Amino acid sequence: MRHIISILIENESGALSRVSGLFSARGYNIESLTVAPTEDPSLSRMTLVTSGSDEIIEQITKQLNKLIDVVKLIDLAESAHIERELMLVKIKTNHDTREEVKRMVDIFRGKIIDVTPHSFVVEMTGQPNKLDAFIHGFEEGCIIEVVRSGPTGISRGEKGLHL
Amino acid sequence: MELSGGHILVQCLKDEGVEFIFGYPGGSVLHIYDAIFHQDEVKHILVRHEQGATHSADAYARATGKPGVVLVTSGPGATNAVTGIATAYMDSIPMVIISGQVPSPVIGSDAFQEVDTVGITRPCVKHNFLVKDVNDLAETIKKAFYVATTGRPGPVLVDVPKDITDPNIKVPYKYPKKVSMRSYNPVVTGHKGQIKRAVEMLLTAQRPIIYSGGGVILGEGHKELTELTQLLGYPITNTLMGLGGYPATDKQFIGMLGMHGTYEANLAMHESDVILAVGARFDDRVTGKLTEFCPYAKIIHIDVDPASISKTVKVDVPIVGEVKPVLEQMIELVKDSKIKPSKAALESWWKLIQSWRDVNCLEYDRNSSIIKPQYVVEQLYQVTKGDAYITSDVGQHQMYAAQYYHFDKPRRWINSGGLGTMGFGLPAAIGVKLAFPDADVACITGEASIQMCIQELSTALQYNAPVKIINLNNRYMGMVRQWQEFSYQSRYSQSYMDTIPDFVKLAEAYGHVGIQVEKPEDVRGALEHAFSLKDRTVFLDFLTDRTENVYPMIEAGKGHHDMKLRVAPGTPVDRELS
Ligand SMILES: Cc1cc2nc3c(=O)[nH]c(=O)nc-3n(C[C@H](O)[C@H](O)[C@H](O)COP(=O)(O)OP(=O)(O)OC[C@H]3O[C@@H](n4cnc5c(N)ncnc54)[C@H](O)[C@@H]3O)c2cc1C
Ligand SMILES: Cc1ncc(C[n+]2csc(CCOP(=O)(O)OP(=O)(O)O)c2C)c(N)n1
Ligand SMILES: [Mg+2]
Repeated sequence: MRHIISILIENESGALSRVSGLFSARGYNIESLTVAPTEDPSLSRMTLVTSGSDEIIEQITKQLNKLIDVVKLIDLAESAHIERELMLVKIKTNHDTREEVKRMVDIFRGKIIDVTPHSFVVEMTGQPNKLDAFIHGFEEGCIIEVVRSGPTGISRGEKGLHL
Repeated sequence: MELSGGHILVQCLKDEGVEFIFGYPGGSVLHIYDAIFHQDEVKHILVRHEQGATHSADAYARATGKPGVVLVTSGPGATNAVTGIATAYMDSIPMVIISGQVPSPVIGSDAFQEVDTVGITRPCVKHNFLVKDVNDLAETIKKAFYVATTGRPGPVLVDVPKDITDPNIKVPYKYPKKVSMRSYNPVVTGHKGQIKRAVEMLLTAQRPIIYSGGGVILGEGHKELTELTQLLGYPITNTLMGLGGYPATDKQFIGMLGMHGTYEANLAMHESDVILAVGARFDDRVTGKLTEFCPYAKIIHIDVDPASISKTVKVDVPIVGEVKPVLEQMIELVKDSKIKPSKAALESWWKLIQSWRDVNCLEYDRNSSIIKPQYVVEQLYQVTKGDAYITSDVGQHQMYAAQYYHFDKPRRWINSGGLGTMGFGLPAAIGVKLAFPDADVACITGEASIQMCIQELSTALQYNAPVKIINLNNRYMGMVRQWQEFSYQSRYSQSYMDTIPDFVKLAEAYGHVGIQVEKPEDVRGALEHAFSLKDRTVFLDFLTDRTENVYPMIEAGKGHHDMKLRVAPGTPVDRELS
């Protein structure tokens, strides 16, 4: 099963490689990993998407907790949560296709943030499967470039992951 | 008090109560070595290879319970230390390693003797630090000792760039009495409800067994373990790392379990209905084939590291906590409980165990005209009255040591179990002897292993650390040869060396006594003589039976009930009792 693990970790140099090193050393799979400082600059927040059997996920969370730099973590998949991913897509356009592309962007609630005579850059956020669907809506050859942030997530309700 | 980084470092070690630093100098640690020169409170032991420094410090820690301290230079100094760091890591040994690094401004430029020490060691340390500001040095050292010695212990490395120890930069020094880290809070006491459940399960068991490991030694829980075991009257088995956690000569002890464990220990595990695992990590050498592991048992597991629990074997009652307080609580509950272990069940369980004991799985040919390695260990046990510190290398000799030297006390058996590092034994013996100058210290080794850190014979002389080297010289990498015999139709590929040094001369060249022993009748006398030379390191080169193998053996991928036993004297084939 797919799990989204959200981690508060000391904002130290090397903290990221401790996490990624743990995954490669123990053969766990990482689908995506995002990291950025939090409102408290001494802490970073990491969102890690992984998959595996319950036993493997249990080991992953235990091993992550064991890293000295990890302050706290939760497995978002265990309760109601919201998941979002940011995507930037560069799409080929010409006189004939522009309107069609714009319509697609509207349907998916994206934003066109750069325009040239032959291209658009579209910004879009959403669940990863929505972003997939947008991309699949284009014919082959239309898309010049796709950049995705990987999912981040937050739990629903009042409770939060903090110190 | 204002001090430079080099002096701060040494002062920190003094304030931490460090007795010995095991180290080797080089460019990036010269400021530190200069600070060492200016004092004599912390004794520096100059090894002959950085691997030796790590093993000596590691064994010092295993024998005393105090963290070992290592100091090495950047680049090759640090890489030479990696094997020893990994050895300590695998066996959860508290150790602090200080490595020099190239000056901060040139880090990343492929400077002379630069390696990414923090990166290289990351997977084999409990934690590591790179010091970026001399003002953080003292606190970092304190954190290193704190992390190394608490929770599940382990090695912690502090990488110190040369500019941090610059004698011209002085900053105020104060060694913190305590540190706390918001991200590190090891659990100490166990969950009360779980402990209660565990005790009920134990008291209602029909075929119970206690399986204890290195955690009992590391967590100083041997007294409590012994008390609980005797209170219950249950059989107990130890892992290789747990030997000495329960007195081996006691009648409730049924020997080591696992690949080379006793017939009775492995079968008792296999047939048990409740297992109390204490500070043991269900290593593959212990479990054998996982799908056949203890099919009838409910398992209780006490471990300070939650990640050790249900890692390879799913357990029924996990208890996260330190062995000592958890066992104390269990003892109280057992004493207060109205439920008592069933006498009848226990009696028939012990009867069954006795029938396995009667197989006498450790019996060997005592009438051989060639020295049997087991015989040497038995004689060593007698000559030292079972009270020596025994270090070992890795191979068949290590298993003979574990099987035939009966450890009644913790911290007497010092070996590399998890990494299985050949070369460990001699520097380990030196580390132990420095800690306990009046104790008998023997290193049980093989002719291949001993050559991996033989240079430390020189260290033993310089620091007057007279140890006895018991070389079980079978002119083979016996353990490799045994596997080749069992699994590769005796194709002995590269498990033999055509040239083996003259160990007697070698010992003499290093300033020690060397004795070769060829006949069984000379074994006892040679040992007695060696131990009578109190202030000399003696290298006893026993020419042992080249063909001897370690039994019992559970071959890789097999279950506990599927053991290979020794060829009974006079029979041509292995007795496969199962
Ligand atoms: C050639 C060779 C053959 C071997 N054959 C065998 C064999 O036949 N049988 C065998 O048993 N081993 C054998 N080994 C050793 C094996 O590889 C493992 O090292 C060993 O089994 C592990 O022992 P352990 O389970 O006691 O764990 P250790 O490695 O000692 O780990 C200790 C455990 O206790 C926990 N712990 C630490 N401190 C505390 C505390 N204060 N409170 C609670 N828990 C704590 C730790 O978290 C860890 O889980 C062999 C090794 C070699 C090299
Ligand atoms: C550094 C290292 N390299 C290789 C091995 C693999 N290995 C395990 S036992 C062994 C042979 C040991 O031979 P010896 O020291 O003579 O001991 P014996 O088995 O003969 O008693 C080898 C090569 C190891 N454990 N450590
Ligand atoms: Mg040998």
